[in-house]
Order: sequence, then structure tokens, then C-alpha cells
Amino acid sequence: MSIFIDNKSIVIVQGMTGAEGTKHTKRMLASGTKIVGGVTPGKGGQSVDIDGHTLPVFNTVAEAMKATGANTSVVFVPPKFAKAAVIDAIDASMPLVVVITEGIPVHDSASFYAHAVSKGTTRIIGPNCPGLISPGKSNVGIIPADITSSGPIGLVSKSGTLTYQMMYELRDIGFSTAVGIGGDPVIGTTHIDCLRAFQDDPDTKAIVMIGEIGGDAEERAAAFISEYVTKPVVGYVAGFTAPEGKTMGHAGAIVSGSSGTAQAKKDALEAAGVKVGKTPSESAQLMRAILGR
Amino acid sequence: MEFSVDLFEYQARDLFEKHGIPVLSAAIATTADQAHDAAAKIGGKVVVKAQVKVGGRGKAGGVKVAADANEAKEKASAILGMDIKGHTVRTVMIAQAAPIESEYYLAILLDRSNRTFLVMASVSGGMDIEEVAHTAPEKLAKIPVDANVGISTEKAKEIVTAAAFPADVASQVEKVLLTLWKVFQSEDATLVEINPLVKTVDGKVIALDGKVTLDDNAGFRHPDHEALIDHAATNALEAAAKEKDLNYVKLDGQVGIIGNGAGLVMSTLDVVAYAGEKFGGVRPANFLDIGGGASAQVMADGLSIILGDSDVKSVFVNVFGGITACDAVANGIVQALDLLGSKATKPIVVRLDGNNVIEGRAILKAAAHPLIEQVDTMDGAANRAAELAAK
Repeated sequence: MSIFIDNKSIVIVQGMTGAEGTKHTKRMLASGTKIVGGVTPGKGGQSVDIDGHTLPVFNTVAEAMKATGANTSVVFVPPKFAKAAVIDAIDASMPLVVVITEGIPVHDSASFYAHAVSKGTTRIIGPNCPGLISPGKSNVGIIPADITSSGPIGLVSKSGTLTYQMMYELRDIGFSTAVGIGGDPVIGTTHIDCLRAFQDDPDTKAIVMIGEIGGDAEERAAAFISEYVTKPVVGYVAGFTAPEGKTMGHAGAIVSGSSGTAQAKKDALEAAGVKVGKTPSESAQLMRAILGR
Repeated sequence: MEFSVDLFEYQARDLFEKHGIPVLSAAIATTADQAHDAAAKIGGKVVVKAQVKVGGRGKAGGVKVAADANEAKEKASAILGMDIKGHTVRTVMIAQAAPIESEYYLAILLDRSNRTFLVMASVSGGMDIEEVAHTAPEKLAKIPVDANVGISTEKAKEIVTAAAFPADVASQVEKVLLTLWKVFQSEDATLVEINPLVKTVDGKVIALDGKVTLDDNAGFRHPDHEALIDHAATNALEAAAKEKDLNYVKLDGQVGIIGNGAGLVMSTLDVVAYAGEKFGGVRPANFLDIGGGASAQVMADGLSIILGDSDVKSVFVNVFGGITACDAVANGIVQALDLLGSKATKPIVVRLDGNNVIEGRAILKAAAHPLIEQVDTMDGAANRAAELAAK
């Protein structure tokens, strides 16, 4: 098993006809993802040929779902049009919408998140995230498929490249699912959502949780681990040496005053019984010790 | 790349005025003479306020009352150039003085924890609101606001009641709340704060001081926001990086850092700082994320910026190729060094892994540049870069 996506995931690409969308559709197809079409308003009825696959283009997500039976959408639409694209998917009751787009205004993401919550039929992952992969089953987003294969570790991270780094460190063991939840201030799926899903997934034996400075998501995750998660969790937090008041790459990654520091997050996680490494390689070692590999 | 733009008080005031929130007459001045003229135009008693983006300016002597234009000139001359917690005062705001009866607090902000917007309101304004939240949380009303509904008249009434605003100002505060929501939403702000919102002795409700943070991601629908960015405060290297569209932050150490992806770069800073403990406390000199799918040109631009930083003693390029291909990164490094020629004098430690790593490593090996050293692991490379910076 795995979480959120597996070999039953049928995927459409919103923004498939754009340069990024086409490039990543090609990569997802190459890694075995069942992609059945795309959505670009105004281009409905056309089709796109990618590596021998002829993929139909639809005007709306509802049309695409009706014609293809898709249950997952991945969004590569530019920031200006991303809100409309995600709302379209929510209105069609698409079960899973993975928003890769970087640079979406926070008023737009707060709006589509609130809409998804009130409708209650869509899980959003992202925005500004690398997507997720259940190795060997499905790959939705931009995570490289060839780093590692299927295995017992579940991974959740705000950061894309740290996800890759950790998958690489533990590539001989493998992963059930790796989820990049994104570094924006408002995201659809949190560390907690992923921890709950990994706890409930029989094939996940241990969990790696990667956090970074800013906000209180890691502290809240720590509280959740104490009350719900019985599987071993290894943590890593980036940004121990980040100075106060400087935004480090992700819009959310900023230390303000005493809140949001890496040390505070590490302390909270350790108090919940999570083993936290100082570096990615140290966290990988901690995971090896737990799994006896 | 900036993600949020904090405004000066006078910019916040102007934005409030533009949307119809009651404010006092005011003007800015960058010289004592301008302050004199501004005060003369406003007439009567004025307040001279240092424009700095840091709290506690009153205690630091950055806010003074002046009886007339001559005194305003005198006070402005003392405040201009003053250093307040590391911020140099370049501008003062001359504002009409108002006889105050009560001070309140109002704010709308992004509540990250609950992934929604939040109104905070209190009749105990004026002082540090975090202090109020800490010592007397019952005095600070917190009401969530749905992003798709906003603040309606009913919501405004609910807030006024929850914060226990006195009946004689209730309708004025409700109106301010409705307008403040308009500012928050239509300007794509992540914070709009009025502290204090005052009631004058003649019963008027006025925004006396304000703080606004704008979302830079929304810049595409606000071309006017560009003019609000304080370029004087930007470091020269940061400005050069911004011009090349690079995500760069200057830090105070000696090891130049280039990586792909914000998380990995942040992690690289940590790993270098830990390694530096063994080499006399060497630390990272910057944050630079060349992003996903970086081309050779982006790599070359980044390397040029970092080699132009006189604090840098060694460079660590840490790339895990996901979308980014290691051969493109390697080509970028070689191109940058060709371009810089004899101006490049600092050792560069490179760690490449992931997409096209074999090709990337081979390109660097073939180039055999005397400044480039390849190390296979992130920890090992950080160690070597710190060692070279300490020499």
C-alpha cells in the first residue's frame, strides 16, 4: 500500500499544454503514472502527443473526469490562473489535487483552501510543492522517479530537494510514499495529515518527517505524534543557523522573534519521542538504526 | 526575491487614506527644512515620527511632539540620521497632533496555523499587543475570517461586541473594520494593523499608526506596489542578485553557498556551520537557491555574485539534481570560471548527485580547473569548504 496515490490513480494534468506541464507530463508517463489527459480552458477538443501517448485536452476538470474517470489532478498552471484552475477541480469534486505551481498569492491559496474545506470532497496537496510519489505505483508531480524504489519508509517534507536528498540517503531501503507538502504559508495537506495517513497505512513501518524554520507546523505535528502515532518517527529540521528576520527561500521560512526556530521544533519533536538528526545524513543513520538496516 | 514587503508607517497611512480609513494630516520629510515646511502647512501642534521598520522607536527617542514649525525642524534634525536598533532614520513623518481619549487595537492577518484569516481587536491598544496577548489574553478578541466571505457588517458587529468596544464608538469601529478588510483583500496584504486606533476627545475614531505587509507573490496584479519597496535598505549584493532574479540572502560568514531548492540550501547552511566549528567558527556567507531546473546561465550568474563578495573565502556548490541536471550545473560552473578569468581566485568545492550526475562529474573532471575540487558527499564537501575558508 501507500498513501494518497497508488496504481489505481488516474491522473489529469491541468496546464498540460504549457511548457512545464508538457515537460513533466513526459517525465510522469516515463515513470509509469497513468495519465489520461489534460485540462486547458479554451483548448478543449485538441490532443497532445507525448512519447507515443495521445492525450486529449478538455476545457474543464468536470469534462475530463467524465470522459476519463480521472481521480487525481496535478496543476502546472501559472500563478495568475492557478486559483481558477484549482477552484475548477474542487467544483468537479476531484478527490486529489496536487498543486505544483510556485508563487501563488496567499489570498488565492487561502481562498481555494477555504473552498475545498467547505465543499469537503477534495484533498489539496501544495501549492509550491514537488508533489508525491509512491515508487513503482504512481508519481504525481516533479519528484525524480529513479532515486529509489518501493519500501517501508513514509516521508513527509516541506522541501523538494530535501525530499530527494533523504530518499537518496535511504535509497537501498525504499519508500511507501514520499510527500512534498510545500513551503507556502497556506497549504492544503499538512505534516499531520500525512502522519495520520502513514500511521494508518499497513505498509509503512517508519516515518521520516522533514521540517524547516517558520510557523508552528512542526510543533503541532509533535503534539499529534504524541497522541496518535505509534510507528517510529525520525525528524530533520533545516535552518538551525538561519538568522532572525531573513526569509530563507520559502515564503514561510522565516524566524520571527522566539517563534519558528529550528531548535524549538527539534525540542518539541524530541519531547514527542521523535529522534531528530542534526543533518540529513544523521537522520538517515537514525532511521537505519530503527529499521536495523 | 522577496516574499513580503513591509511598509513604512507613512506608506501604511497613505494606503489607509486611499481606501477611506480616517487618518490625520501628515507629510514626510527627509531634511529638517522639509520638516519645518510640512509642520507649517499642517499648522499647530505636530508629532515628528522616525520612519523605521522596527518597534520601540518611541522609547529610543524617535517620536517627539513639537509645538510649532520651528520646533518641528529642531526635533526632525535630532531624529534624522538617528540609529534605532540598527536602522538609520532617513525619513520622518510630520503628523497633526490629536488630543487622545482612548487607544484601541485592530488587525487583520494571515493565520498560518489555521490556514485562514484572523481579526484581532482590543480596547487596550497603544502598547505592545504581544504583551497584552501574553499578560491579559481576555482583552484581545480573536475572530477567524473566511477568505471567501470576508468581513460583512454582521461580522464587524460580532468583532466589536467580542472586543467590548464602547457603544459610542461602535459604529465608527465597524466602519473601520469593513474598510480595513477592503485594504487587506484588495491590496493582497498578509497583515494590516492599526495600533493605536484612537478615540479623540471630540469622539472621532482615527488610525494613528499602522503596519502593513504586502504579499510579493501578488505583485503581478499590483504594479504600484513596486514603488513601495525600500531599495535603500537592500544590500548591494542582494540588489545585484535580484536583478538576475536569484533567490539570494547575504549572511555574515566566509563560505559562499550555492544550492538548488530552498530546503536543501538551508540544510547546507547548517551543515557548513557545524563543519565550521572545527575550523575556527567559519560560517556560511550567504543563502543562494538557484531553484529547480536551473540552466548553466543561472549557475554562472550565481557564481559571479558569490565570487564578487569580498567576505567569501571559499565556495560550496551543493546540488541534488531532481529537475536540475548535474551536467547543466557543471557546464555553468565551467562557463562562469571562463567568464571571470583571473578574477576568480577562490576555491570551489562541488558536490553533485542525482539527475545526470555521471555526466556532470565528468565535465568538471575534464575541465580540470585548478580552483575546482569535487567531493562526493554533502557532509564531506561542507567539511572541505569550511577547511578552505579557514586557511
